[in-house]
Amino acid sequence: MEQILANALGELLTPMTAAYALAAIGLAMHFGFTGLLNFGQAAYMLVGAYAFAMSTLAGLGLVPAILISFAASIVLSFVLGIPTLRLRSDYLAIVTIAAAEILRFIVSTTGLNDVTGGPQGLSGFARDFYSINPFPAGEYGFWAWTMDEKGLWVRVVAWSLVIIAALFVSKMIRSPWGRVIKGIREDEDAVRSLGKNVYSYKMQSLIIGGMLGTLAGIVFVLPRAVQPGNFGTGLTFFIWTILLLGGAATVLGPIIGSMIFWVLLSLTDGLLSAGVDSGVITFITQNQIGGIRFMLVGIGLMLLVIFRPQGIFGNKKELYFNG
Amino acid sequence: MKPRRSNLLGRFTKWVGALSLVLVTTLGGSTALAIAPNPTQDITSQYAIQGTIRQGAANPVEGAVINVVGEGFEGSATTNARGKWEINVPNKGSYTVTLDLATLPEGAKLKPGFENVRTVEIDKVNTVVAIFPLVEIDDPNVTPPPTTNVVLSRIFAGLNFGILLAMAAIGLSLIYGTTGLSNFAHGEMVTIGALTMFTFNRVMGLDIILSALLATAIVTAFGYTQDAVLWRPLRKKRIGITQMMIVSIGLSIVIRYFLQLVYGGDTKVLSQGTTWNIFGVLMPAINVICAGISIIALLGFAWFLTRTRIGKATRAVSDNAALAASTGIDVERIVRIVWVVAAALTGLSGVFIGLYFQAAWDTGFSILLLLFAAVTLGGLGTAFGAAVGALIVGMFVELSTLVIPPDLKFAGALIVLILVLLFRPQGVLGRKQRIG
Repeated sequence: MEQILANALGELLTPMTAAYALAAIGLAMHFGFTGLLNFGQAAYMLVGAYAFAMSTLAGLGLVPAILISFAASIVLSFVLGIPTLRLRSDYLAIVTIAAAEILRFIVSTTGLNDVTGGPQGLSGFARDFYSINPFPAGEYGFWAWTMDEKGLWVRVVAWSLVIIAALFVSKMIRSPWGRVIKGIREDEDAVRSLGKNVYSYKMQSLIIGGMLGTLAGIVFVLPRAVQPGNFGTGLTFFIWTILLLGGAATVLGPIIGSMIFWVLLSLTDGLLSAGVDSGVITFITQNQIGGIRFMLVGIGLMLLVIFRPQGIFGNKKELYFNG
Repeated sequence: MKPRRSNLLGRFTKWVGALSLVLVTTLGGSTALAIAPNPTQDITSQYAIQGTIRQGAANPVEGAVINVVGEGFEGSATTNARGKWEINVPNKGSYTVTLDLATLPEGAKLKPGFENVRTVEIDKVNTVVAIFPLVEIDDPNVTPPPTTNVVLSRIFAGLNFGILLAMAAIGLSLIYGTTGLSNFAHGEMVTIGALTMFTFNRVMGLDIILSALLATAIVTAFGYTQDAVLWRPLRKKRIGITQMMIVSIGLSIVIRYFLQLVYGGDTKVLSQGTTWNIFGVLMPAINVICAGISIIALLGFAWFLTRTRIGKATRAVSDNAALAASTGIDVERIVRIVWVVAAALTGLSGVFIGLYFQAAWDTGFSILLLLFAAVTLGGLGTAFGAAVGALIVGMFVELSTLVIPPDLKFAGALIVLILVLLFRPQGVLGRKQRIG
């Protein structure tokens, strides 16, 4: 029992939680503040992960690799934004989700085995990152948060990035630029009548949120291999659930949302698994638990959107889904 | 309750020292299974499925495509000049291996009694062999098939796929037109059609026509119930269409994983034996019959939409619901009928798609984006446009394999979707004011 709780609370600080929080902050920029229905956040993460992994494997340093990832992310924003930002919002939703799947199909095709690793993906690209680890080898932390020096290093970097991103976004939102962005969310035509170039503002928002998604992709793959299967539509839907859980038009919401999401998932997972082991739960097997938790995510997403669309921290006045 | 030894800390203590691996385990831990099971080790060195495809000892088949799905992993491989293929997989477990019959050379077929879909277990050994024995040819110098025939067979396959897609796409488009809902759970109606077909036909052993009718009836009932229980109350609550769209995403996840729970993660084989020779192209007989029935169903639907009072009322609601209501049309009743008709068409399409592609828990979801592409290509909310769009998408998907690798064929269709939005956002048959 204590073990299950420890596992669940351990999730609070994992780089995975941080990566999802980062991606959700990017999505908050898109959807929460600008009203853009981006259903392709997985595409930005994929671009970040692959551009970073491929550049470092090609022998470039960490900084060039990150810059290349950002450049790729900006290109993706233009490709997605130019055809769709002038159209009705559901077009953006369909195009972004389609683009994410196109990218996933392309990186996993066997024809590109030498470049992207095909269906197997890439690994061994994070050596540079761990070679600049300032922490000496050893065991750190206590109880649920025990980790080695690599774990500590990646956690410190990941969560610093989350904090910087959150500060950056909240600063942006309070600026004149942020007020225009929120104005676009509320009433595009009104903003246009004030002489603002709505299209250009939307594009800027798409780029900034996308770059946060790209950063999330890099953080996501640092402790593991890059695998194309990880960047499916499921990833995007998880990020949406996290965003809506915390509150779409908030900066803190995505971070807390990500923590709650992963702790709850780990907790249900642990309890179900313990239930099956001890024979209390008989109608499912150990292998089916993964499916159950997806179902729980789906149910949670539906209930949230219907009954509390502003999320835990959101203000109801701030968020409509207009469209 | 005792703590499980195999979880995070248990593994942690055991593996301290195995430096590079520790990181992945502690950080990934139980959550690593979230999206797809992550390997805890470098997978290139671990488990693999492999085999050789040849028509007799002297005739290896080059370029045949094999797909592997299972344990959250998807991959594919193409046979080399010696007919060999190999796919590395991340974990032990059960995988479904499918040989894409369309990529075999002309005239090649499986030995009688063998299916092109097999399930393999990776358990004790790290590499398993999946065998697809072909009928042997003794002549070592088989002439390659003439290209015209390949093109023709691709065109037939494209038409066939397009017609099947059309019914589901019309369903999606009808619902969108009358209620404004971009229904992401639409693919699951296709899946339910295919899987209930499997239950009736293969598990219970019912007659194929009876099974198809029952499966369609179940999807129809599901469509009606879905509207009555979920969507109608949401419309009454005046929930925005974006919110409804996200609800449909949630619903899609719930249904999909429920189906996985009930039917398991493997592919259910539904296809039947005999093939017909049509203009020199071998087509499975069942696919030709399905396409024929689909065309009849589509024509019947066209008659319903243009000639009957309810059909006309449907188009009126689609055009402008408020205006339709003011002329005395009961909009809610029309929406109810639309859900039933759309679900029936989609269910039938699901049955046929199951017979065409085999059925799995995510069959519908894997073609959902193609359906959206079809609907958008034709012009959002126009029923006939969706049919035209579906034919274009079907043709494009199959014809594109002549040029691009088969595992990219869905990507090609989605790129067309983006190009259309760039140059003709109202779609092929759409009118300009619809894009608002």
